[in-house]
Amino acid sequence: MHMTMPRVLQLAVTLLTAAFLIVPAIQSVLAGLTVNYFRGISSGLTLKWLGQVWELYAGSIALSMWLAVTCLAVTLVIGVPAAYALAKSPGRMSRVLEEFISLPLAVPGLALALALLQLYGSMQGFRTSWLFILVGHVLYTLPFMVRSVLAVLMAMDLRSLEESAATLGASSWTRFRTVVVPNAMPGILAGALTVVTLSIGEFNLTWMLHTPYLKTLPVGLADSYASMRLEIASAYTLVFFVMIVPLLMAMQWATDRAQRITR
Amino acid sequence: MTNRIFVALCLLPLAVFSMAFLALPIVRLVQASGESAEGWGIYLQILQTPRYLQTLLQTVLVSFAVALTALAISTTAGLFLARNRFPGRGALLSILTLPLAFPGVVIGFLIILLGGRQGLFNTLLPGHVVFAYSLTGLFLGYLYFSIPRVLLTVMAATEKLDPSLEEAARTLGASPWRIVVDVILPGLAPSLVAAGAIAFATAMGAFGTAFTLATDIDVLPMVIYTEFTLSANIAMASALSVVLGLATWILLLVARSFAGTTVAAGG
Repeated sequence: MHMTMPRVLQLAVTLLTAAFLIVPAIQSVLAGLTVNYFRGISSGLTLKWLGQVWELYAGSIALSMWLAVTCLAVTLVIGVPAAYALAKSPGRMSRVLEEFISLPLAVPGLALALALLQLYGSMQGFRTSWLFILVGHVLYTLPFMVRSVLAVLMAMDLRSLEESAATLGASSWTRFRTVVVPNAMPGILAGALTVVTLSIGEFNLTWMLHTPYLKTLPVGLADSYASMRLEIASAYTLVFFVMIVPLLMAMQWATDRAQRITR
Repeated sequence: MTNRIFVALCLLPLAVFSMAFLALPIVRLVQASGESAEGWGIYLQILQTPRYLQTLLQTVLVSFAVALTALAISTTAGLFLARNRFPGRGALLSILTLPLAFPGVVIGFLIILLGGRQGLFNTLLPGHVVFAYSLTGLFLGYLYFSIPRVLLTVMAATEKLDPSLEEAARTLGASPWRIVVDVILPGLAPSLVAAGAIAFATAMGAFGTAFTLATDIDVLPMVIYTEFTLSANIAMASALSVVLGLATWILLLVARSFAGTTVAAGG
């Protein structure tokens, strides 16, 4: 690569930016594994902090995983048929509906949480159950599922596929099950990984919707940043990284794959 | 069962869910904002109360600075990575997109590790270089959040540019600098406007980062949060939420009319 002055500058900006993003992440990983962060690595490495995180926050990690799985189930049941219906009737109404359910992408989670709280806050049984948090997660992730599946469905020749199946005597439900869903699989997979990744990391809505007995992983993180020693907060962040980074990579792989189809 | 009915049934769960948990709550939020003694005058009160007005101004200014800086940095890095192949490029790209999955709270913590009281800068340069809890820290946190998103948009847009335009400019004797200014940037402009608008809107509504860092700083999400939880000023919290939600929504709608799709995940 020929290095000219502008190129050196570009490289410098790129490297500095990468350093800005990765250095604190490495610091956090190290702090979570160091005996005493203020004395530095020379104080020795330890798994003690990870052990304490497990004792303190195992419940919140489990709750986040449970929420991610149930959120995925709900977005699949609501989102995949809806994407199919939107693909079948591409009119003004469908566009408006798609736009409307995408509102949670544009409107900050805090505002949506306040709206939910004011409408359902007085329904005690619902307000204090994990289902209330689930509603927030579904609200936020559903548009990703619908759009991901819809993009794949719009790219393929849905009409002729369905017509051939119909000529062979397949009912609406059979066609949906054996033709539409298998063909939409790349979009469903990309949507599913996006839903799980976003649900595990969701904080803005969850912070407002949670109760002291129902803390998710990110809520626990905020809690540890405010009240625990730096090593424990870092170890907990490390646990989060270990969960979220593979998910992010899988999500990017699946999204690229689905986008190749829609191009 | 005819196919029409089946398609309608497919849409039913979505319709019920978004009616119950999106449409009605939003109606309730708007309604609640008018339920104080001021009635709908509460929106006027936002503009007449110095604290709220200052908060609005400060939030807009920080978000604007974040959008501009993220655009400058990410366009430079994005063009460089899209146009050059070298060993380590893949690793660099991974590092630059990794934070996509980090929620705002985690980013706040990472900024504390850089600029907090026991942060990297204060340790390396002992002279009280603590910036994490100031407007600078907030700015850096929002920037951290926006850089990967803007970068991906810029790189995707660069791939769609027609390389023959640049070749033509080069054959006509244009310098590399002129090619960037006259050919590449105008070609990228729609995507840059869209990406900038997303960065701006996300910074406006970012709660997680502000929650970790901005204990003393009045930015809109923090003020909404304290009005709601500490002051129990439900009407004002609702009114500010409506203003914030409308602002970000309209902004992203306009941005999308400039350039295809937008992704504004998180905050």
